[in-house]
Amino acid sequence: MEYILIFIAAVFVNNVVLAQFLGICPFLGVSKKVSTAAGMGAAVAFVLTIATLVTFLIQKYVLDAYGLGYMQTISFILIIAALVQLVEIILKKVSPSLYQALGVFLPLITTNCCILGVAILVIQKDYNLMQAIVYAVSTAIGFALALIIFAGIREQLEMTHIPKGLKGTPIALITAGLLAMAFMGFSGIV
Amino acid sequence: MSNLKTLTNGILKENPVFVLLLGMCPTLGTTSSAINGMSMGLATMFVLICSNAVISLLKNLIPDQVRIPAYIVVIATFVTVVQMCMEAFVPALYASLGLFIPLIVVNCIVLGRAEAFAAKNKVLPSIFDGIGIGLGFTLALTLLGATREFLGTGKLFSLTLMPEEYGSLIFVLAPGAFIALGYLIAIVNKLRKA
Repeated sequence: MEYILIFIAAVFVNNVVLAQFLGICPFLGVSKKVSTAAGMGAAVAFVLTIATLVTFLIQKYVLDAYGLGYMQTISFILIIAALVQLVEIILKKVSPSLYQALGVFLPLITTNCCILGVAILVIQKDYNLMQAIVYAVSTAIGFALALIIFAGIREQLEMTHIPKGLKGTPIALITAGLLAMAFMGFSGIV
Repeated sequence: MSNLKTLTNGILKENPVFVLLLGMCPTLGTTSSAINGMSMGLATMFVLICSNAVISLLKNLIPDQVRIPAYIVVIATFVTVVQMCMEAFVPALYASLGLFIPLIVVNCIVLGRAEAFAAKNKVLPSIFDGIGIGLGFTLALTLLGATREFLGTGKLFSLTLMPEEYGSLIFVLAPGAFIALGYLIAIVNKLRKA
C-alpha cells in the first residue's frame, strides 16, 4: 500500500516535470515527436533507477559512515556522469539495438536535473532502499508520461494556426502550463 | 571597452533565459516571488563568476579529454560553498529555494559558459562574462518572479500594491510559471525584432 501511494504521488500528484520543475530542458527540447519523446523517457527511466540506487548506497555507506555529508553534491554529480558513460559503454556491447535507440539521448542525461534532483530528494525524504527505488521508477514513469503527452499535443499544434508572436517556445510553454493545470486535478488523491 | 561589451552581451543580446532558453528548471521552479527569483539569480551568478575565473586560469592545465568532468568538479565545489553559506546565514531563504541550490551544478548556463567562453579566454574577460550572463539570468528571474508575485498575490517584493483578492493564485502555482514565462518570451521576441 505504501509503495502504491509513493507511486501515485510521484506519477500524478507531484509530477516531476509539471509540479516540481525538474527536467524541463529535455521536456522542451525533445518533445517535438512522440517517438523521440518515448526514447528519451526510456533512457531517463533506465539511468534514473540505476543512479538513484548507486547514489543511495554511496550516501548510506560512504558519506554518512565517514561524516562526509558536505561532499554530497560533488560526489553525486560525478557518480551520475560516470554512470551515464558506463551505461553507454555497456549498452553498446550488450545490446546494440537498444544502444541505437537510446544513443543520442544518453549523453544528454548527465545534465538532466531530474536525475540529480531525485537522488538528493530521496536522501532528504529519508526513504529506505526499497522506497527509494519505487520512488525513482515512479518518477521516471511520471517524466515519460508528461513528455509523451506533451509531444502528442505539440504534434497537433504544428498543424494549427498560432499567432505569429507566440510561435515556437512561447506556445509550448503555455501548453505546458495548461497541462500542469490538468495535472493539478490529481492533487486531492493522496 | 570590449569588457563592457562582454558584460552587456549577456544581459541583453544573449540573455540566457529569454533568448538562449537555458537554465529553465530554476527559472520556473524558484520564481514564485520576486525575492526568491532574485536570490536564485544571485546565487547562480556567484557560481558563474567563480567557476569562469577558475576554469580560465586552469584551462592550460586541464587535459582536453577530461575537461567536462574537471569543469563539473570546479562548479560543484562553488555550489557547495553557496549551499553551506546560505544554510548558515539565510536558513529561511535556503528552505524556500530548497532543492534548486544543489541543482545549480546541472544548470546548463554554468557549464555552457565554462565550455564556450572561459575555456577560450583570459581571466578578466571570463569574469566579466560571468557577471554579464549572471546579471542577465538574475534580471530574467526577478522579472518573472515579480510578474508571478504581482499577478498571483498583488504584491511586489512583499509590498502590497493591490488587494490580495484581485490576484489569481494560479500564477504562484506551477501552471502559472509556464504560462507567465511563455508570454514573457513572446514579448521579448517582439521587442527584439522591433
